[in-house]
Amino acid sequence: MKTDDYVVVGTRPIRHDGADKVTGRALFGADLQLSGLLDGYVLRSPHAHARIRRIDVSKALAFPGVKAVVTAADLPQCPDRLVDYGEGPMRLRHLRGNILAGDKVLYKGHAVAAVAATSRHVAEEAAGLIEVDYEILPCTLTVVEAMREGAPLLHDDLRTVEFGEETGSVSNVAEHFRHVLGNADQGFAEADVIVEREFHTVTVHQGYLEPQAATALWNNDGRVHIWCSIQGAFWARDAISLILGLPPSRVKVTPMEVGGAFGGKIRVYVEPVAALLSKKAGRPVRIVMPRRDVFEATGPTPGSYTTVKMGARTDGRITAAQAYMAYEAGAYPGAMVGFGAICVFAPYDIPNVVIDGFDVVVNKPSTAPYRAPGATQAAFAAESVVDELAERLGIDPIEFRLKNAAKEGTRRADGPKYPRIGCLEVLEAMKTHPHYTAPLGGPNRGRGVAVGFWFNFTFPASCTISVNADGTVGLIEGSTDLSGTRTSIAMQAAEVLGICAGDVNPTVADTDSIGYTGVTAGSHTTFDSGWAAYEAARDVIRQMKERAALLWGLDPTSIEFAGGAFRAGERALTFKELCARMDETGGPIIGRATVKPASTGGSFAGNIVDVEVDPETGKVSILRITSVQDAGKAIHPGCVEGQMQGGAAQGVGWALNEEYFMGPEGTMLNSSLLDYRTPTSADLPMIETLIVEVPNPDHPFGVRGVGEAPIVAPPAAVANAINRAVGVRLQRLPMNPPAVMEAIWKKKG
Amino acid sequence: MKWFDYAVPQSLAETTHLLSTHPRARPLAGGTDLLVQLRSGAKVTGLVVDVKYVPELNDLSYAPTRGLTLGAAVPCCRIRSDQAVRQAYPALGEVASLLGGTQIQNRASIGGNLCNAAPSADSAPLLIVLRATCRLAGPVGTREIPVEDFCTGPGQSALQSGELLVSFHLPPPPSHFGACYLRFTPRNEMDIAVAGAGAGVELENGTFRSARIALSAVAPTPLFVREAGNWLAGKPANAESINTAAEIAKAAAKPITDMRGTAEYRRHLCAVLTRRALEAAVRRAKEARA
Repeated sequence: MKTDDYVVVGTRPIRHDGADKVTGRALFGADLQLSGLLDGYVLRSPHAHARIRRIDVSKALAFPGVKAVVTAADLPQCPDRLVDYGEGPMRLRHLRGNILAGDKVLYKGHAVAAVAATSRHVAEEAAGLIEVDYEILPCTLTVVEAMREGAPLLHDDLRTVEFGEETGSVSNVAEHFRHVLGNADQGFAEADVIVEREFHTVTVHQGYLEPQAATALWNNDGRVHIWCSIQGAFWARDAISLILGLPPSRVKVTPMEVGGAFGGKIRVYVEPVAALLSKKAGRPVRIVMPRRDVFEATGPTPGSYTTVKMGARTDGRITAAQAYMAYEAGAYPGAMVGFGAICVFAPYDIPNVVIDGFDVVVNKPSTAPYRAPGATQAAFAAESVVDELAERLGIDPIEFRLKNAAKEGTRRADGPKYPRIGCLEVLEAMKTHPHYTAPLGGPNRGRGVAVGFWFNFTFPASCTISVNADGTVGLIEGSTDLSGTRTSIAMQAAEVLGICAGDVNPTVADTDSIGYTGVTAGSHTTFDSGWAAYEAARDVIRQMKERAALLWGLDPTSIEFAGGAFRAGERALTFKELCARMDETGGPIIGRATVKPASTGGSFAGNIVDVEVDPETGKVSILRITSVQDAGKAIHPGCVEGQMQGGAAQGVGWALNEEYFMGPEGTMLNSSLLDYRTPTSADLPMIETLIVEVPNPDHPFGVRGVGEAPIVAPPAAVANAINRAVGVRLQRLPMNPPAVMEAIWKKKG
Repeated sequence: MKWFDYAVPQSLAETTHLLSTHPRARPLAGGTDLLVQLRSGAKVTGLVVDVKYVPELNDLSYAPTRGLTLGAAVPCCRIRSDQAVRQAYPALGEVASLLGGTQIQNRASIGGNLCNAAPSADSAPLLIVLRATCRLAGPVGTREIPVEDFCTGPGQSALQSGELLVSFHLPPPPSHFGACYLRFTPRNEMDIAVAGAGAGVELENGTFRSARIALSAVAPTPLFVREAGNWLAGKPANAESINTAAEIAKAAAKPITDMRGTAEYRRHLCAVLTRRALEAAVRRAKEARA
């Protein structure tokens, strides 16, 4: 299909979920009402690191209104093994251990026991009666501390894997890997200028507004039904079945509408606990996380310690780059530092690279993905150094990036050679955007730029389309809709069927009602589920050609479908007309497709940011921010712009104020939305967007995933803007007012 | 949250009776602090006394000769949209627009802000520089105290057992008077002050006739820096005087280091905010009617 021919793709129809969302009728995680429903409450560890000597639940069980109490003893006991429900291999004991702590608690907020009762308040009060005897252990809270010789060990059986092989040494370092391209020493020897800097970022949270919420019913026939706010129903089903020791077919997950997720609702937390409580109580149980627990006991994103060294010649070519990246995994291995290593130098064609990555456990909640997991920390470091190199060489920062930009055929240090990518096009669009040359208009103002990359995942996806006699279709898919993907998937079917988007009625189904579909994450949904919808629609057209052939007494191969009509010579029937004759030509029509694409198209994004720094308080105001991104082909440009704006807003929050403010004993002191300080609308200007379209040759419509790349560059762009405003380079996030003030004082001496 | 009883008295006498016969009773106006504290377990009570239906606590009246009576339960949305307040005490309208967001302002009261007795209470420094007094009612009668004596420690106030804050009284603004409260927050809205400064000045022929300065979030209570205002009295209304007063305020601050800022940073902010608040107050005083 040629771009110019699209009728539906590239337009901005009203979202199918729009009316329900704006009128408050949409049903989110906590909205399910079932008869006999009990409320659950999870008792959590007050200590960051402790051995559990004994748990006595007798007083809680005796409390009026309490129907069940569970602890880790209620989880199936079986030998540990490696399991993988999609996210990659992990230890079953780690997967279960994060649901209910076994012999040790590893972070403040770690679930220890849970109560189901006739009301949430009764459950909470009863949970307070559970007696837990803790032996408090010393804790380690940052990656730098945790890597030190003699640091308190979280797991006495965690053997470091170095360069792919288990070393036998027990430490908090789960893995050390290295990527090498060319010869870095030689590359640095060729450089005229070398910049080497150290960067720190702290734990931040995705900050979705809807807390985790799940309702579970363990039925008398042994089947478990769970309704929850989750990014992927099938991943949740498979994780829950592993945790509960059930075959996946005995677990059914119905995804509710999701009030924000950003990677934080891939994993399950309260779902298996609600199921265990339901099994004991014989009634459905709902658990809704309080906000404090959302901060303390779900999966924030890793804090990090990174050093980046880069060298360049006076002609502006980068000759070598080196990164040392140590990320905090939280309580269990999995810091996503590997993703950071893929992205750290991804926008550049650098001949000599060496990257060392360390996955390190610390006494904080087990980290989870957050939009382009690992990439934002990496880009903050690398894009700050790139900016400083450009400054030292006296080259315009976009020009410097253009001179070194990765393109088709560039080899990335982690291995792959790029297919067609849009890095150059994004940089060119930034350079020519009117924002880049607009006057700053005042003192203490500065403009910064940065670019970022996210490689995007691909997962299997399924779709069925049922044809209605009135010329509309029902579309069933398995991707939880986080950002309007129902519509962008429906639009791809509509384009094939020659009908408008509003004539496709999309539904996100439960795990019993649609084929396996991967999690809504990795920016894959519009790419994969959209592709499945495209194929299912083609299946419908193929069958309808047979119906037209039957009506006209022709061979199906002689029927053409174009411009919304089936034709053979002079004869023509529109899609709608043929739908009306479905019954007389053989009955209902269902199109179906499953896809499992092998490759995906990575996406580049960049930001131009203007800031003003109050030199007396250190406060940074964002005056103007522009997001530029390669979307491949924007199916619904409005939804793409929403992703770009959302990524920029979260990136600015990460840059300026968001942080887990930890007390020395490992207690998060700001576990409320008041003190955690995500930006509000009062802190951001309207975020300008510019969509660049370099079609992905590996997708029928040229789609590249867009959900993650837009968060990667903003913190670096803000840091670079602060430097141009007041001449200080901040190498630690967040760049909050005290930190900026400190840097200004230091500069003044 | 634990179960509690709920009472809705209709008179002041009934209210003080309830409060004095139930030792752990908590008055509720907008509830924007209390309900959060009850939910988190920071406060526990067996009886919540809703004071929103007591007439004296809902009084909002102004007369040029008498000044302003502001009932303790009057919500911020009423204060910030009141014509008399906006004309006679523009800074008070601003503070009522500063507490929380719009939805919070529909419920929250200045009385509640003060009774919560947080060192960061945004209304306290302004009420101090506006020379407000508090009317307290208890089982044995009523008494009046200056607002600067109301808070006695974090979460602690001068209220005796069974006693209730009924209203504030603000004297009519003198001629050539201006006031301003500024707070510093990393976020532009929905945030708690890292530090705040209120200034009220009375000008006469280019000099300070009188001045009052008070700070928030830099001591265990909202802090009245009497010596800074006293020093300004009689001095010319210029940058030099203002800077010196700002330094006096900074020296009086006794901040702590916590997640909202270090002690050093907060002391620094005291000088910056006091200077800016004084500058704004002077501008207002110059524009004010004689």
